[in-house]
Amino acid sequence: MNGPAQRVVSITDQPLASAAGDNTREKIGADPAPAGELPALRRRKPFGAWFKDKGWRHVVGIVVTIFAIFPLLYVLSAAFNSTGTLVGSNALFSRIDFGNFTELMNNPSRPFAHWFVNTMVVGGVTSAATVFLGAMAAYAFSRMRFTGRRIGLLSLLLLQMFPQLLAVVAIFLLLSGISEVIPALGLGSQLGLIMVYLGGALGVNTYLMYGFFNTVPQSLDEAAKIDGASHAQIFFGIILRLVTPILAVVGLLSFIAISGEFVIASVVLTDPDSQTLAVGLYSFVAQQRSENWGVFAAGAVLSAVPVMALFLYLQRYIVSGLTQGSVKG
Amino acid sequence: MTDTELRPADDSAPAAPGSPAGKPAGKQAVPRRRTFVPDTTKGTVAKIVLLGLVDAVAVYVLMMLFLSQSWGVLAVAAAVVLVINWIYLRKGGLPAKYLAPGVLFLLVFQVFVVFFSGYIAFTNYGDGHNSTKDDAIAAIQLTAQKRVPDSPAYKAAVLSKDESFYLLFTDPDGKISLGSNGKPLEEVSGAGTDSTGKANALDGYRTLNFQEIVANQQRILAITVPVSANPADGTLRTADGSSAYQFKPALKYDAGAGTFTDTDTGAVYRDNGKGAFAKDSGETLSTGWKIDVGMENFARAFTDPSLRGPLLGVILWTFTFAVASVALTFALGLFLAITFNREDLRGKKVYRILMILPYAFPAFLSGLVWSGILNPQFGWLNQTLLGGATIGWLTDPVLAKISVLVVNLWLGFPYMFLVCTGALQSLPTELDEAARMDGASPWRVFRSIKLPLLLVSIAPLLISSFAFNFNNFNVIFMLTGGGPRFADTDRDIGATDILITLVYKVAFGQGTGRDYGLASALAIIIFIIVATVSAISFKQTKALEEVNS
Repeated sequence: MNGPAQRVVSITDQPLASAAGDNTREKIGADPAPAGELPALRRRKPFGAWFKDKGWRHVVGIVVTIFAIFPLLYVLSAAFNSTGTLVGSNALFSRIDFGNFTELMNNPSRPFAHWFVNTMVVGGVTSAATVFLGAMAAYAFSRMRFTGRRIGLLSLLLLQMFPQLLAVVAIFLLLSGISEVIPALGLGSQLGLIMVYLGGALGVNTYLMYGFFNTVPQSLDEAAKIDGASHAQIFFGIILRLVTPILAVVGLLSFIAISGEFVIASVVLTDPDSQTLAVGLYSFVAQQRSENWGVFAAGAVLSAVPVMALFLYLQRYIVSGLTQGSVKG
Repeated sequence: MTDTELRPADDSAPAAPGSPAGKPAGKQAVPRRRTFVPDTTKGTVAKIVLLGLVDAVAVYVLMMLFLSQSWGVLAVAAAVVLVINWIYLRKGGLPAKYLAPGVLFLLVFQVFVVFFSGYIAFTNYGDGHNSTKDDAIAAIQLTAQKRVPDSPAYKAAVLSKDESFYLLFTDPDGKISLGSNGKPLEEVSGAGTDSTGKANALDGYRTLNFQEIVANQQRILAITVPVSANPADGTLRTADGSSAYQFKPALKYDAGAGTFTDTDTGAVYRDNGKGAFAKDSGETLSTGWKIDVGMENFARAFTDPSLRGPLLGVILWTFTFAVASVALTFALGLFLAITFNREDLRGKKVYRILMILPYAFPAFLSGLVWSGILNPQFGWLNQTLLGGATIGWLTDPVLAKISVLVVNLWLGFPYMFLVCTGALQSLPTELDEAARMDGASPWRVFRSIKLPLLLVSIAPLLISSFAFNFNNFNVIFMLTGGGPRFADTDRDIGATDILITLVYKVAFGQGTGRDYGLASALAIIIFIIVATVSAISFKQTKALEEVNS
């Protein structure tokens, strides 16, 4: 755990010195008022002081919270309002029933249940495999020294910049070539789509995991080795257990990314029964947005619930994972 | 991090004296400390089983490749299989064992496809140009057909099997044969016949009755059965499901000259060098083939009047969008992080959870949901909040751009909030205290101390965020679909289109034909831009330092 912290501290030295130097020459008493403060309130001492210290923070908090959750409330209200159209959804929570949900489930030309299952399968398999492949690579980079290690890490860092969707045309043509030889892996197949997604497994996550793996002390490996553990036992038995938070973060982030991925999925999955939620819901609402609104909202709520539940459940890990990753820089 | 070198057991010569130089540990301990123990039995079994499964699949793939006679791919695939087996069966080379699976996928689906895009960008690949010249010639002969004058009528019956239709023909001599779309006539025996001698039933197939024929008229009309494997022999088709006629190509191919001749008008179509057959007047046949066109796609992007203006607008907007998105989300995220970076603030946790909800909400849904809220005619914003206004939030070019930015701010600020909070909290508090002791105002502390420190750790994330937003397809496509469309072009390009949505529309859009060549050329342009920007900015940050450690 020392690595990143030390790094930050060491970086701080220089700016601190110069900033402190400046400050001594600087006049005190520049207006410290943060943005958003109302000058009028300053005169009323007790409230004013509270407001200046904390109150404005609550104002900011409430305003931003409204901005953040309003669209979610809106879609929730539309989902439970069986008027169904966009106009009808405008009066928030004016009526609550399950009409949209039953309609959503009972339309064979719009196999929502299939989409849902497909998304869970594609997202689940892909993120599990992503975590595994990424962890193996991170283990190699973190614990072994070999020729090409530095170049490998550098290339991964650079590859992150180029998302797969840039090559969507080539992916489409590659898969259509594959489907002529092995239809099970080609266009229209979820297995093919998963394979494509796994192509991005290393690029996005290895670097994040690598930084985390480095924080696990090597002395643990050494000790295990003395006790006669093989490299695989160290990997599965020690390292993976100690880095569970980052595995959860990477797994969840890649699940979120995959379940919302539209470009490649829309090109690969052509048959409505095999599509994912992103492709299915889009094609459903794109044509007649206002007429289908209620049913779409119901679908949106159902599709968002598992992802959001997972996210909030693992929230602690995600926040620590993100911030750890950020401090690594 | 120490620089200890770990080696697999089999790699370092066991107990080679002196090889781990400078080890303080006792002689006995040296080799043990530096080496991995060999795999356990369980591990070995698992390895063999997994490798066996992979090889089984590989053999199947190789067989299929062999059957489809794709020799080049077969050779590459075989080499890959050999390399994989070598990696896992040899002793040592431990890093490769851990890296191979991920790297294999990476090479095929991320690296190879990029080079493949590069190749496609230099071809005219797309609708009407998606195969070889030979395929195109065969396809032209099959599609440009007309009835052979005075040819005899065949009696026909429509059969079905496994959801596909077949035609059973009885020729004037009473010979019975079966065929289907793309499946040449084949003589069959044992067919049932009716009183007129017309074959109407065959084992394993179901004969369609009159109602079914009427119901499936379109599909039955579309069945063209080749008379033989040679397309020049023509095809059999039925108009009514009971009689069929022989059709021959209306365009006759002259293999020697490499030209098509219209059998009616005598007009000659020649290879025009651009992957199509054209008359002297310039008129081309719709089916062409794929050729290399050099830089033409790139040249077209910047010279074609229907593309040049919109494309420049799109490139400019892509940069604006990416920069503004990063700036806005970072500004709001940082502001919130500072605002809530107080241990003693009541309700801090509640605020935080509610504020990161947009981050947890699937991005593609956000665009769609906001498109409902902002809908100019029926949306909540105009109808309810603004009491029936008709402001074109998504239809006015400027407002649409602002809407896109606001929605992207909504999506992106929670991430920046989380990241900035983490970075702020990792700053040592002594700094703050020391500066205050020296009399610095909070603003001064923030601007001169905290912000520079924050930027050091967050700059790489800002660059990644820029790269992400540069290709932020979902927000644009789901919210506005790139619209409102530019008036000065007949192509489907609009004011909020960014490069990646343009690539998608050019390659897979409705309406205009698919143009993979042009789309790939645009994708390559994105590659170059992103590569340049990130190269420059990474040089200026110290992000790469850690790699060298």
